[in-house]
Amino acid sequence: MIDFLVSVLSLTIPAGTALLLGTLGEVYAERSGVLNLGVEGMMIMGAITAFGVTFLTKNLLLGILAACVAGGLMALIHAYVSVTLRVNQVVSGLALTMVGLGISGLVGKQFIGMPLPVRMTPISIPVLSDLPVFGPVLFRYNLLVYISIGLVPVLAYILYKTNWGIVLRSVGENPAAADAMGVNVFLVRYLAVMFGGVMAGLGGAFLSVAYAPAWIEGMTAGAGWIVIALTIFSLYDPVRAMLGAYLFGGVRVLQFRLQPLGIPANLLNMLPFLITILVLVLISEQAFRRRIGVPAALMQPYSREDK
Amino acid sequence: MKYRVRIERRLDISPSVQIGAVIFSLVCAFVVIALIFYFLGVDPLNAYRRILIGGFGSIYGLSESLTKAIPLLLGGVGLALAFRARVYNIGAEGQILMGAIIGGGIGLALPNLPRGLLLTMMFVGGFLGGAIWGFIPAFLKTRFRVDEVLTSLMLVYVASDLVKYLVYGPWRGPEQRGFPYSSPFSSSAQLPHIGITRIHYPTLIIALIAVVFVYILLQYTKFGYEIRVVGENPSAGRYAGMNVDRVVLFVLILSGGLAGLAGVGEVAGIHARLGPPEGISPGYGFTAIIVAWLARLNPILTILTAFFMGGLLVGGDAIQTALNLPSATIFVFNGVILFFVIAAEWITNYRLSLEEIHD
Repeated sequence: MIDFLVSVLSLTIPAGTALLLGTLGEVYAERSGVLNLGVEGMMIMGAITAFGVTFLTKNLLLGILAACVAGGLMALIHAYVSVTLRVNQVVSGLALTMVGLGISGLVGKQFIGMPLPVRMTPISIPVLSDLPVFGPVLFRYNLLVYISIGLVPVLAYILYKTNWGIVLRSVGENPAAADAMGVNVFLVRYLAVMFGGVMAGLGGAFLSVAYAPAWIEGMTAGAGWIVIALTIFSLYDPVRAMLGAYLFGGVRVLQFRLQPLGIPANLLNMLPFLITILVLVLISEQAFRRRIGVPAALMQPYSREDK
Repeated sequence: MKYRVRIERRLDISPSVQIGAVIFSLVCAFVVIALIFYFLGVDPLNAYRRILIGGFGSIYGLSESLTKAIPLLLGGVGLALAFRARVYNIGAEGQILMGAIIGGGIGLALPNLPRGLLLTMMFVGGFLGGAIWGFIPAFLKTRFRVDEVLTSLMLVYVASDLVKYLVYGPWRGPEQRGFPYSSPFSSSAQLPHIGITRIHYPTLIIALIAVVFVYILLQYTKFGYEIRVVGENPSAGRYAGMNVDRVVLFVLILSGGLAGLAGVGEVAGIHARLGPPEGISPGYGFTAIIVAWLARLNPILTILTAFFMGGLLVGGDAIQTALNLPSATIFVFNGVILFFVIAAEWITNYRLSLEEIHD
């Protein structure tokens, strides 16, 4: 039993890492008041960019950085359409996902079945990794996993305790008031959306150079949509994003483990989406939304002249 | 004398501006797609030529384009109605799948009923399946003020997993040797076609009736007027005593139901069995969003745009095989076109003008 738990738990954290990276970014984007349904597209572009650049340059760091740039540039398009042009951001995000899936498929055709010359290997932290139970569950992952975990308190701290965080939240809460206080609403939204893209790209890179490691067409397989769900599930909070990412990652691990016991994998797969709908209902009450800080101006483009 | 460019909101939007904006945005989209192809080492002119020939250049191509236009039209006209009311149902894909499940399930359960009766029951069941999937976000929006964008989207993946569960599990045909398909439908559960084409004309006729229905509803009825007012200015609608919740429920249930009919058409007219979700609908519900926007949410124009997007899908299949491109290629078209179509919304809402600066 303990062996089963250890093996499930040690698979859960890697399975949730791409989700965590993507969700941390989307939490910031949505905190600024912009919904980006393009996460799936930015993630898959991150995955192919990291794989392609690493394959060609044999330099892992370069590959991962390129993935971040790719995700950030895609997010820039979304920011332009939804913040500057102020047209429908739901549709723009969907378009971004389609473009990402399409371009990654075209670019990636040449990389299908190719082995990666260098890949992320797990770092066993000396001494700690030899601990029973805790060793394999906590201390034998690759660097990106540790970075993703390290980002959680940093991003939570910035969001709640720093001036930047206050500015970000105020823009998502009441852009007109933030504007009146001298905050550049457009700049903040651009930066937050682009940060979301960078993180989604990083999440995709994790999949193709560390988790798989390989390029498979459509390899994000809906992870981007789970990120959208997780952002709500976490109630826009980095710490809860981590819990949610590992919970949903764990569901993905368990589906293979529970299949022999007669629990259908496809019904388990529904859980993240069903739970998210439930959370949306639970947070629908206005007073509660205020207390947990659901961005009040989410999906509302801001324009000075309309006020 | 100095001038500067001023951006101002257009007060009235004429049809010529609308059509001009759509054509302009399509031209821009095709230029950008050509550039993407060029940089990825695909000859764009060759690709476009093959798409044109593949989708529209032969009787066979045209018949296939029309076949694919059927689900796009059913989905697109419903979405045009919903978007008019500013209800953003983006879950048509899931509503199509629910229609396929209920409609297909009826076909599997009662294979020996007379054909006319069985097909009617399948369509009614499919409509209800899609309508229920539309009702859920509508109920959550009207009762709890939950945004319909996210709930309708989440339900796509629930429906998709439900289809997988059924075809991998209880509905898998015993003779399918482990493959994820139901048993084939009986002949009474299969739609007739025009000649040797795959055009399942009963569904096409239903789709055209739906277009006329939505057009008359929007243009000539009091309730249609309410839908338009609620879409253009919800607070004005509420002020005038209109029941906004009723509009939300109606457009989501109807657009869901129409998408459900599309699902029945696919399983009873094309596949004659249930299979994996991406086989039943390779993204028709999302492409239908483009169909609706491309038509500027005008129900009659969705006939044109559905046929256009259907042809693009067929042409996309053609370049896949001819130029050995991955199946995801078509998403480049869908995504870029969608971007420019919503950018066109900006063109029609604003105009640039020069004004003198006095100093």
